[in-house]
Amino acid sequence: MIALLTRDLRLALRAGGGFGLGLAFFLIVVVMVPFAVGPRADLLSSIAAGVLWIGALLACLLSLDRIFALDWEDGSLDLLATSPIPLEGLVSIKALAHWLTTGLPLVAAAPVLAVMLNLPPQGFMPLIISLLLGTPALSVIGTFGAALTVGIKRGGLLLSLLVLPLYVPTLIFGAEAARRGADGLDITTPLAFLAGITCGTIALLPFASAAVLRINLR
Amino acid sequence: MASLWEYANPKKFIATSDRVLPYLGGLALVCLVVGLSWGFWFTPEDFRQGHSVKIIYLHVPSAFMAINVWIMMLVASLIWIVRRHHVSALAARAAAPVGAVMTVIALATGAIWGQPIWGTWWVWDPRLTSFLILFLFYLGYMALWAAIEDDDTAADLTAVLCLVGSVFALLSRYAVIFWNQGLHQGASLSLDKEENVADVFYFPLLVCIAGFVFLFLTLVLLRTQTEIRARRMRALQARERLG
Repeated sequence: MIALLTRDLRLALRAGGGFGLGLAFFLIVVVMVPFAVGPRADLLSSIAAGVLWIGALLACLLSLDRIFALDWEDGSLDLLATSPIPLEGLVSIKALAHWLTTGLPLVAAAPVLAVMLNLPPQGFMPLIISLLLGTPALSVIGTFGAALTVGIKRGGLLLSLLVLPLYVPTLIFGAEAARRGADGLDITTPLAFLAGITCGTIALLPFASAAVLRINLR
Repeated sequence: MASLWEYANPKKFIATSDRVLPYLGGLALVCLVVGLSWGFWFTPEDFRQGHSVKIIYLHVPSAFMAINVWIMMLVASLIWIVRRHHVSALAARAAAPVGAVMTVIALATGAIWGQPIWGTWWVWDPRLTSFLILFLFYLGYMALWAAIEDDDTAADLTAVLCLVGSVFALLSRYAVIFWNQGLHQGASLSLDKEENVADVFYFPLLVCIAGFVFLFLTLVLLRTQTEIRARRMRALQARERLG
């Protein structure tokens, strides 16, 4: 399993396109926002937390189809499926690799972009914590979507249609925590809900992902 | 002994539904005509809302169906996963567009109702928002059915999506309550509550809901028959190409 994880990470780092792309997309989405809503500092600081959450979510979405697509094309997914690792473990590792290469860099980049969006100082910690807690759920849910659409040619658009509604609860609680933090309010309740969703999806969704992957590999 | 599973046989299903369909369609027509005309012309106007209250006879039944169609799809998907009856998967597929249209009707009539009463077409109210999300789930479900060529794979994948989607739809439902408090009133048709809609509105409303249920059953049976026949035709064509 660890070998699989290192393989995925190495592929993401060296094969190009995957690793930096999500981060660059995050940057560009956030940069586009002031052009769209105007450069007023007070306006930007009131929407900063939500914009950063939407940006992270979209950047995450963009990289989802790579989770299984490349392995599917060159046939290594079939090999992995016949290996002694249970398929549930395989999809969990895939989700973890996706989070390490997409979610974690997003969390690291968020404070820098938050400065550009004029996020109030007390909002930084809540933003980072909420992203840190929420992005694993995004990766796990996204892995389910990627497993669903792996056999479909040009499934990218379909993937976003399927996955975005599933992201709603995570986004609501995550962005709520970040927004409350920026306003200097108590954030424990939304954070607890967010952590609950993340733990729940990590515990249960790999089974669904493995089931649909099995159907697709049949 | 005759069991429910007999109808898993497509031939039996088509024969029986052919016999039932005219009655169901007739019932739907009668209930809708009676319920709607009763509601539109023979009920008093609400003393605050005036005549705009009458849209309730479209809004509430369609909203009721929007949720229940999804539940029916969930049950059909479960039957498909557990017992692998093709008719069940096809029924779930047939129900999805009907459910999506019900959701749109509920949202649209709600907007039309909300304009004069709340003074706005749309607010980010929990109930409104969760219906919008439900609509997105219907769209995704139908898109997945359309995207996959192999019938059995499509049935399997959409069934799993329906199960996972149900959980997330429920989660979203509670998440949006947390997220925003709204304008929409709470439940006012429950059987066990003291304060409900007044009886003058209640009875025609019940007839309308029954009409919508019958209409839905008619449409689903018809559409399932169509799906079965379409699949049979594809099989025949494939056989012809081979032979």
